[in-house]
Amino acid sequence: MVEKKEDLINYLETMLKIRYFEEKVSELLGKDLIKGTSHIYIGEESVAVGAIAAIREDDYIASTHRGHGHCLAKGGELKKMMAELCGRATGYCKGRGGSMHIADVAKGNLGATGIVGSNIPVATGAALSMKMQKMDRVVLCFFGDGASNTGGFHESLNMASVWKLPVIYICENNLYGMSVSVKRALSVTDIAVRAVSYNMPGEIVDGMNVLEVKEVVAKAVRRARKGDGPSLIECKTYRYYGHSRSDPRVYRTREEEAEWKKKDPVESFKKKLLEEDVVTEEEIDNLEESIQQEVNEATEYALSSPWPSVDELTCDVFFTG
Amino acid sequence: MREIFYWQALNEALREEMKRDEHVFIMGEDVGPYGGAYGVTRGLYKEFGDERVRDTAISEAAIAGAAAGAAMTGMRPVAEIMSIDFSTIAMDQLVNIAAKNRYMFGGKTTVPMVMRTQGGTGRGVAGHHSQSLEAWFVHVPGLYVIMPSTSYDAKGLLKTAIRDDNPVIFIEHKMLYMTKGNVPEEEYTIPLGRADIKRKGNDVTVVAYSRMVLLALEAAGELEKEGISLEVIDVRTLKPLDMDMILDSVRKTNRVIIVSEACKTGGVAGEIAAQIAEKGFDYLDAPIIRVAAADVPIPMSPVLEKAAVPSVEKIIEAVKKVIS
Repeated sequence: MVEKKEDLINYLETMLKIRYFEEKVSELLGKDLIKGTSHIYIGEESVAVGAIAAIREDDYIASTHRGHGHCLAKGGELKKMMAELCGRATGYCKGRGGSMHIADVAKGNLGATGIVGSNIPVATGAALSMKMQKMDRVVLCFFGDGASNTGGFHESLNMASVWKLPVIYICENNLYGMSVSVKRALSVTDIAVRAVSYNMPGEIVDGMNVLEVKEVVAKAVRRARKGDGPSLIECKTYRYYGHSRSDPRVYRTREEEAEWKKKDPVESFKKKLLEEDVVTEEEIDNLEESIQQEVNEATEYALSSPWPSVDELTCDVFFTG
Repeated sequence: MREIFYWQALNEALREEMKRDEHVFIMGEDVGPYGGAYGVTRGLYKEFGDERVRDTAISEAAIAGAAAGAAMTGMRPVAEIMSIDFSTIAMDQLVNIAAKNRYMFGGKTTVPMVMRTQGGTGRGVAGHHSQSLEAWFVHVPGLYVIMPSTSYDAKGLLKTAIRDDNPVIFIEHKMLYMTKGNVPEEEYTIPLGRADIKRKGNDVTVVAYSRMVLLALEAAGELEKEGISLEVIDVRTLKPLDMDMILDSVRKTNRVIIVSEACKTGGVAGEIAAQIAEKGFDYLDAPIIRVAAADVPIPMSPVLEKAAVPSVEKIIEAVKKVIS
């Protein structure tokens, strides 16, 4: 499939945005300006960007605890995200959720979640809802290798298959469930083979390649939109940082990390665009500079935003009209 | 007024709400042609079809989570978990997703779903089919909890629950489905958070809910013969809880017992007692008494099952103690 120049630049821009945003998040965590925890997505950018490039604006996504990339690729605003991570009133969730709960349901983001695998049933229900309302919208359900071992995964994929729901299950296999290697936690090498149990297509894709991810997801989206049911796509990828802020990465080697970084999704895509004369070095420099600027502005916005009012502590527990 | 069974009242509520709003649908185990394990969805599959009365696999987590996902995106699911005992499998979705998403997402989403289920003892079905787990749900911010005792309340409260934009846990009682009560032909709803005085009296307030209301009324009938007058308050909705009505009654009687079929430790009866103590200590002429289940898994043998939970005799005994 031939991609338009503006789309290609757009993918690069979004991947850079995720990377720069999270580099800043990591810095702010180190300075304790962001409290709590944040799960850094760097290394996996092409999964979120490629997959979400394959859907329409009115389609849904369901995210994970490592959700900044999904949120940004779905059109999330840097300022509101950074403010949320900093616990400010101007954040996506008024500072109540932080990194693990960013959502924008009106814009099709059903939210991140702090419980591994817990959005798989939710995404399945959203797909049921679309089908029942006869809308041709699809749901992309992101989750990790660890989530594929939960009961909700099994229940949901079975249900979606039986009901032919318009949902695409996208497993980001980054090889570790916190510290435990998939080699020690999974009964299979390729999570995609689990699709056989649910009588749905299972595909493996290079999760470090944005265009490959897009192509495979687009095929599954066409199938879902036609009413032919769900698919499972396993993206082989790698998170560069530890599981969360306190992780010294003792469970993997620096050599393994270096190997994966050779396939860096941002650098390899940049190289491809340069080689194919889609962009010039200068254009990339300008793009990088402007994104860095945007991230800096978002950070200033977040850190100068007000804290939530304690008077609103118990607001919104229930809808009261 | 006509009398109908509790199950029929629930069935009417479902039918009326499905007719009123095309976004309302039912999903759960055996809710389709079978009509529900206790018959509540009887006839609905035939009337509304398999799209809106959806039999599911035995997948409680997916039932609850899919209900939450559908609710967040425009539908109004009524999910059935066959026994409250099975809600353990659905708990993550109910507690971490359905209950919390609105608050955690900054108040910008609603999760208008109802989880219908049933609990309680009386059929000798032992520890995995007889529990009273309402306290677990009452403890979670973001969930409403309803436990009706009569046909009238069951219908009016289920209709309200379906129309409410919050997740509601609607707990029926397996021994109430075949009880009959007055239900008007015309449409009505019952607001959440309003208790109901099922019997007026002056000497002792008895606070109860679900099937325990029937036991309390029976005890009141017995004690009337001895000249003791009980005021029986049916809490109906455990969350929101109508403490005003309870406190008004205690102010009048100065004596209160609370009856619950759940294990005594950490239960809703304890919560009500605590609130009476906090807000109505000065009204009391005697210590509050809880009549609740023993802290045991519900045993199967009828002798043991009966011994585990409150009875009319135990209520009478507690009343006599509180007035002595």
